[in-house]
Amino acid sequence: MENKTQTEKTSKIRSFLSSTQRWILGIVFILVAVFMELVLVKDLGATEVTTFATNIDSNAIQIPDWVFNSRLGLHVIAGFCVGLGLFQLVRGFKKKTGIFVGIFGVLIVLGFLIWGASGSSISFTGMLAVMVVRSVPITIGALSGILSERAGIVNIAIEGMMIAGAFAGAVIGSLFGLWAGVLAAILTGTLLALVHAVLSIKYKVDQIISGTMINIFSSGLTSYLYLKFLQQPAHAYLNQSGFFKPYAIPLLSKIPVIGPIFFNHNIFIYLMYILVFVLSIALFKTKWGLRHRAMGEYPKAADTLGVNVFRTRYIACLLSGAVAGLGGAYFSLGSVGRFEQTMTAGRGFIALAAMIFGNWNPVGSLGAGMLFGFSESLTTKLSILRFPIPAEVLLMLPYVITIVVLAGVVGRSRGPAADGVPYEKESL
Amino acid sequence: MTTTKTSGEKRSFLSIFYEELSNNSLTIIILSILSGFIMGGILVVLTDPEVYKAFGTSIGSGLSTSWKLVANTYSSLFLGAIGDPAKIGAALKSGDSALILKAFTPILESLVVTTPYLFTGVAVALGFKAGLFNIGAEGQVLVGTIAAGWAGWTFTGLSPWVHVPLAMLIGAAAGAIWGFVPGWLKVKTGAHEVITTIMMNYIAYYLIYYLIAAPLRDTTQTTPKTPMILQSAHLYRFFPDPIRFHLGFFIAIAVAFIVWFILFKTTWGYEIRSVGLNPNASKYAGMSITTITVAAMSLSGGIAGLAGASEILGVTWRQSQALSTGYGFDSIALALLAQNHPLGVILTALLFGFLKSGSRVMQVRAGVPIYIINILQAFIILFIAAPAIVRTIYRLKQPSVKEVSTSTVSFSERK
Repeated sequence: MENKTQTEKTSKIRSFLSSTQRWILGIVFILVAVFMELVLVKDLGATEVTTFATNIDSNAIQIPDWVFNSRLGLHVIAGFCVGLGLFQLVRGFKKKTGIFVGIFGVLIVLGFLIWGASGSSISFTGMLAVMVVRSVPITIGALSGILSERAGIVNIAIEGMMIAGAFAGAVIGSLFGLWAGVLAAILTGTLLALVHAVLSIKYKVDQIISGTMINIFSSGLTSYLYLKFLQQPAHAYLNQSGFFKPYAIPLLSKIPVIGPIFFNHNIFIYLMYILVFVLSIALFKTKWGLRHRAMGEYPKAADTLGVNVFRTRYIACLLSGAVAGLGGAYFSLGSVGRFEQTMTAGRGFIALAAMIFGNWNPVGSLGAGMLFGFSESLTTKLSILRFPIPAEVLLMLPYVITIVVLAGVVGRSRGPAADGVPYEKESL
Repeated sequence: MTTTKTSGEKRSFLSIFYEELSNNSLTIIILSILSGFIMGGILVVLTDPEVYKAFGTSIGSGLSTSWKLVANTYSSLFLGAIGDPAKIGAALKSGDSALILKAFTPILESLVVTTPYLFTGVAVALGFKAGLFNIGAEGQVLVGTIAAGWAGWTFTGLSPWVHVPLAMLIGAAAGAIWGFVPGWLKVKTGAHEVITTIMMNYIAYYLIYYLIAAPLRDTTQTTPKTPMILQSAHLYRFFPDPIRFHLGFFIAIAVAFIVWFILFKTTWGYEIRSVGLNPNASKYAGMSITTITVAAMSLSGGIAGLAGASEILGVTWRQSQALSTGYGFDSIALALLAQNHPLGVILTALLFGFLKSGSRVMQVRAGVPIYIINILQAFIILFIAAPAIVRTIYRLKQPSVKEVSTSTVSFSERK
């Protein structure tokens, strides 16, 4: 069931549904409501209560925990689902379908949480705060992907750039301080991106082969240096950078629930917000962004109008590397405080998934990053909740969702047209 | 471009030889491998503090220290992979079979390491020939392992003649399913197989993690492990323990030859190569790119699944963790190095297998971490993928004809 409902969420992506699909969607909404009433509600006693603990931070304004009757909560959610379903059947959400499917997804997750936590208490705020933290590398990685792919360069080397960034961040951070570490990580990512750019723009090497090479190289080099130096006691001082402490943003962090979730983290989380904001504006509202995106859609047209395709693509690729390096620094300087061999654990590839799921759009990627972060954060709470699904299945979901979205089963995600195609200037 | 017009002029033998050499793809392959080793050597030298100390005293001692370091690194790599030639010679002279076996153990062990590379290399090469980039060998190997293992411990009372092929086939089938999905999605929806195969890798990873943790777990074990496969499912081992050299190696060689035969001697193989080179032309020529793509991807996945099956039936006998095997990326490197030729893969798989096997000894003897092999691989991919770099370094002539480099095509039935 959970699988199916997650599938529905994916149509958050802009989609133009045919009338049959509209019917199916409406019926699915209602069926889920029926499922909640018949299965979940039946399972609970009439007097069971669910507690959502809301205070994790003593600095924020304290509000009482949310305690409510589990059955009542599920009734309300099922009611909303039926309402959405009926509206979809009668009127249809048309172009706003995506948003409502998103709301529907949130309702389902809430429903399961209420059911799972009935009779006990879960830290609702804490879970969402973890979600935000876990989403950082995924979202930043996705932004890196957007930067290069919007300009027509496929970058599957995000994973490699991240691990190299994490390494450089830890070593330089240990020697010269945290900020120097961040800078080093960004430069390392940029350097690797330069290799990728030269190979794919100048030598017109298949961009996936070039990316694969960078992935193998970075993981090999960082592991090599880690074993050769960082792991030796004599050089241990190179790997104790420490990490950025959380900084509560004045006022904003005082807002109950919202404050601790979004505004009481370390610098990387705020950098993520800023990057998403800046990129959304830069890509879609500026001349630079228009040119940048033209490289990904139809570089020839841009070339005809006098935009330097090669230079724009080089810049795009380098920026992508810089952002990926920053994302890598998160692992060592933003969370663990030291470098470990497999610390990125495939986040660079989930980032690709988030980029696709977010339809090559910064805000979309943030949403996707949060969603994937949520599935990670949920796995840490599974033992408390009575979830019927194992953690592994939950961790698998981002990948399944990506395939489903990519396949256009529900909604359709389309990448830039000229993505991955080397540009050849026609000679006269 | 440095190409000069030489036609019509009288040319010396050397100049013809030089041009032939420059145009020969084998030259590029050999130079790429050589350059990879040189870059690896440079890295070893650069990351060793002793070298810097020696350069502090004098340039001469610095150079000699560097040379000794590199020589020691690569000779221990060689020793680990092949064994000690002196010992082998002595053992052969003595005629004692136990001694001979002991001397040949490193080579046999290297062949054990080579076996999965043979399968996955052929799988990836086949994908490339069809214009498909199968990064999913990793996941296909994993599902192949678990499926073959399951067949290995579930079916009781079978003769080995039935049990082993059955388990191998089930492993191949699981891999084929893992390859089928990306292939089918590619032709039906245009979803790029690179992304879908990467996603399938992680799905396989978590699936196996889950299966080993609960449903397929051997409950008598304290750590999550599958049960042991039955004796009847063991792939035949040629020598007594601890030598693990098994039949899988020859099966892998046979698979490479079969794929070569299919690709170059059958109509179907011709169609695969044709679709890989130009899907549109193939379509107009009446070939079904849907069928060919899906079939090629499934076959590729199936062969990768065999790698997993041969590992569990021949070497490990049980799966204890869903570990990242690294076969996925390694096999891309060796397929590219073999120019995607199935028989070339035999050579490059042997190279990579021996390197990997030898690197363990190198880590102990020379103190150089095994990951130097990954760096070698990365450089080899770099040089193979961009022959222009090799040509520039070694002052080779630019080719007179445009080189066909490996690249993948994206297309979709649904526009």
